[in-house]
Amino acid sequence: MSAEPLTARRAGLIGCHDCELLVRTDAAGEGHHGRCPRCGAALHARKPNSIARAWAFLLAAAVMYVPANVLPMTVTTALGAAQSDTIMSGVIYFIHSGSWEIAAVIFIASIFVPMAKLAILVFLLVSVQLRCRWRPRDRTVLYRMTELVGRWSMVDVYVVTILVALVKLGAVANIEAGPAAVFFAVVVVLTMLAAESFDPRIIWDVIEEDS
Amino acid sequence: MQTSRVQACHHCDLLVRPSDEPGSTSLCPRCGSVLQRSRRNGIDRPLAFALCGLVLFAIALTNPFLAMKSGGFVQETTLLTGIIELWKQRLYGLGALVLLTCALIPLAQLAGLLYILVPLRLDTAAPGSIPVFRAILHVNSWAMMEVFVVGILVALVKLAKMATIVPGVAVMALGLLTVVTTAAMTTLDPPLIWSRLDRRP
Repeated sequence: MSAEPLTARRAGLIGCHDCELLVRTDAAGEGHHGRCPRCGAALHARKPNSIARAWAFLLAAAVMYVPANVLPMTVTTALGAAQSDTIMSGVIYFIHSGSWEIAAVIFIASIFVPMAKLAILVFLLVSVQLRCRWRPRDRTVLYRMTELVGRWSMVDVYVVTILVALVKLGAVANIEAGPAAVFFAVVVVLTMLAAESFDPRIIWDVIEEDS
Repeated sequence: MQTSRVQACHHCDLLVRPSDEPGSTSLCPRCGSVLQRSRRNGIDRPLAFALCGLVLFAIALTNPFLAMKSGGFVQETTLLTGIIELWKQRLYGLGALVLLTCALIPLAQLAGLLYILVPLRLDTAAPGSIPVFRAILHVNSWAMMEVFVVGILVALVKLAKMATIVPGVAVMALGLLTVVTTAAMTTLDPPLIWSRLDRRP
């Protein structure tokens, strides 16, 4: 790495987020009204209000995470007896029935990934707001991980969709989606939006301002 | 066509000159994120995969998906049964989300690719190609068909003790479709397509 890394912003340029064209900042115009001359995408040196937006989505996701785990994901009626299952009781069921691989898939996708994602994004936001200079490259890697892995949390929502379609045996057995399915889907969408609104370039801005 | 293009890294804003050698992947020297993957046949290959994907989509939507046998009872489903069931249980938002992420967005992406790539193959450009291509790239993180396939697996294991599950043709088609749509998106060469679509003087 050279002593003074040349970023687009320092060079007076903005990289178009959609088509990668470099546009001069003065030609693009200050504020948010600049458009990419090639593809028409809105140009901004940094995503607008990325910290505030990411916090808003994160806090909403954290609130929704509670009912998503406490309320039932599915309600099974078999021969007149109703049974509610939460995400965790599903994991425990798979451990007891011996399919620990499936238990691991659900635990990682539904419990570990959303928690890790919330924790990582909070850490990134706090570190940026404290103007932290600690390992920017590793923090960027953490951000990329949250971007890549977030979608896999949808697994449980799809499982519910399939169960609801298949188990329709009238009085014998019937499965309905519980309220947690909705909350859980909302958590996944909100954490994805939070990751999308966070701009990893602000991790590096402090370092640039130093030199 | 420019060969020595400079671009800004999405993740740290560093100005870098990515390699244009076909088949190479350029990483940002400062933060390590992928700047660009140059592809061979960056128009023909995604076009072939997109065509194949649309055929598989038709198969997946019209053939039986999963059937459950328990006692003398048989419950047959198609790909959309679950979404219709959620809708009937008044979970409209949830049904719409599953429909969007597992069917509409991947389908629109494939159709959009075809719309852009066929004219490019014939050395013209379809009207509105630029906004269509931007949309295809933007919705990519919301196409979650591969996650749905894992969901099928989990549901099968969950029900295995309760009843006999008969996978239909649509399950196979969906599995292939996941591979084909991923292939269509990863064999794309966006820098090449942007330079071909460039209408500026």
